[in-house]
Amino acid sequence: MTAMIDIADAKKTFTMHLQGGIELPVVRGVTFRVEPSECVVLSGPSGAGKSSILKMIFGNYRCDSGRIGIWHRGALIDLATAEPRQVLNIRRSTIGYVSQFLRAVPRVATIDVVAEPLIVNGMSRADAQARAGGLLHRLNIPERLWQLPPATFSGGEQQRVNIARGFISDLPILLLDEPTASLDAANRAVVVELIGEKKRQGVAMVAIVHDDEIRHRIADRIVDVTSFAAAA
Amino acid sequence: MADQDRIENDQPLLVADSLSKSYGRIAACRDVSFALYPGEVLAIVGESGSGKSTLLQLLSGQLAPSGGQVSYRMRDGVTRDLATLGEAERRFLFRTDWGFVHQDPAQGLRMAVSAGANVGERLMAVGWNHYGRIRDTASDWLTRVEIDVARIDDAPRTYSGGMRQRLQIARNLVTEPRLVFMDEPTGGLDVSVQARLLDLLRNLVAELHLAVVIVTHDLAVARLLSHRVMVMKGGRVIETGLTDQVLDDPREPYTQLLVSSILPP
Repeated sequence: MTAMIDIADAKKTFTMHLQGGIELPVVRGVTFRVEPSECVVLSGPSGAGKSSILKMIFGNYRCDSGRIGIWHRGALIDLATAEPRQVLNIRRSTIGYVSQFLRAVPRVATIDVVAEPLIVNGMSRADAQARAGGLLHRLNIPERLWQLPPATFSGGEQQRVNIARGFISDLPILLLDEPTASLDAANRAVVVELIGEKKRQGVAMVAIVHDDEIRHRIADRIVDVTSFAAAA
Repeated sequence: MADQDRIENDQPLLVADSLSKSYGRIAACRDVSFALYPGEVLAIVGESGSGKSTLLQLLSGQLAPSGGQVSYRMRDGVTRDLATLGEAERRFLFRTDWGFVHQDPAQGLRMAVSAGANVGERLMAVGWNHYGRIRDTASDWLTRVEIDVARIDDAPRTYSGGMRQRLQIARNLVTEPRLVFMDEPTGGLDVSVQARLLDLLRNLVAELHLAVVIVTHDLAVARLLSHRVMVMKGGRVIETGLTDQVLDDPREPYTQLLVSSILPP
């Protein structure tokens, strides 16, 4: 089977020029693969580099060396050396990323925040909004809030809007950074359900989850990040 | 058609090759090269005196480079070196396929003539002569930039700063340019007015599939609008890449300083 994500010997160090150029090693030797329909959960204590690895897979953090292979439109592309335009293409049609916090654009209504990834990919506004509404319903965001920008929502509501936006597209790879962190039990269960549906559709996922119960319910495999700890 | 689209998007629109500009012994811009594709938004960031405004003038053919060249793929598909264009051709390009949004709207508008005339003038310059159609199109554009059509006959000197800037944008976009240069477009505005303008720009750029080169010292503007960013210092491009990559994982000491100097919201 072809892996959707194939990372080999990836390394990341931050050089802090404002602090006298000290080197902050983050991870080294990161090597793992993720198959379609598989959810890999990264484990390890805070500061072990879990979020950094997710950001490297999304092309948000650069790699010092190694390969971040992404299966994109029938070929394995190395994200670590890809041109910016190619990274943007990969994000548009292959990799989705659900961050912990919603980066809301002022003035944009919640329903449009959620529908936007579909509209960007060419779906009609009406169809995209219908799908967005369906997801917001499932995530228990009341309809009276849909036309408001999410900036004033509570932390949990914002996170659910963010999840709806992240799950709305049919992308073959999803990266999840603590998708259930500030949710109550009912909404956590919805997220677990959504992850299960994505798996059945063949989506490859990499997730960071601190909640043991959630991890147990979604993980097909655990990758222990401490083995990639860079010697400080 | 699909093939035509692909060619259209796969070929750069604007290419800068080793651009330099010096004033006597002072190098304002040194050895800048990049390619800009249709629909792509490139932000040029850096502090005052970093050479970003000089670069914008070089790219838009308003200043002749001391070295290097800028080429542009014209609407007929032929790529031309800007230096070989005659003055009339260059002016025509500026009235049709290019826009230029100045920080100070007074530089991009005619302050004493009506808003409708400001927008309509650009249409007349490309040969429109039917008054009714020009006025309809102008009204349509005022609505798109959220200006009350009832103000169409008022001169922009009676407008607020934010309205003036939106009018300048309408004037630039009415001829459906493929490339727009912007010099600190949110520079002189209040924060709330800025947010509205940014949101408007962001939607228009996506809807019209515009290529944009935007000069800004405001990293939040770069993050919201641009796909790629170039960081300039002392006339040189010191770091370039995807916007979120450069802002979240800056490599160069100067970029790290810029990013760390942003006050948290």
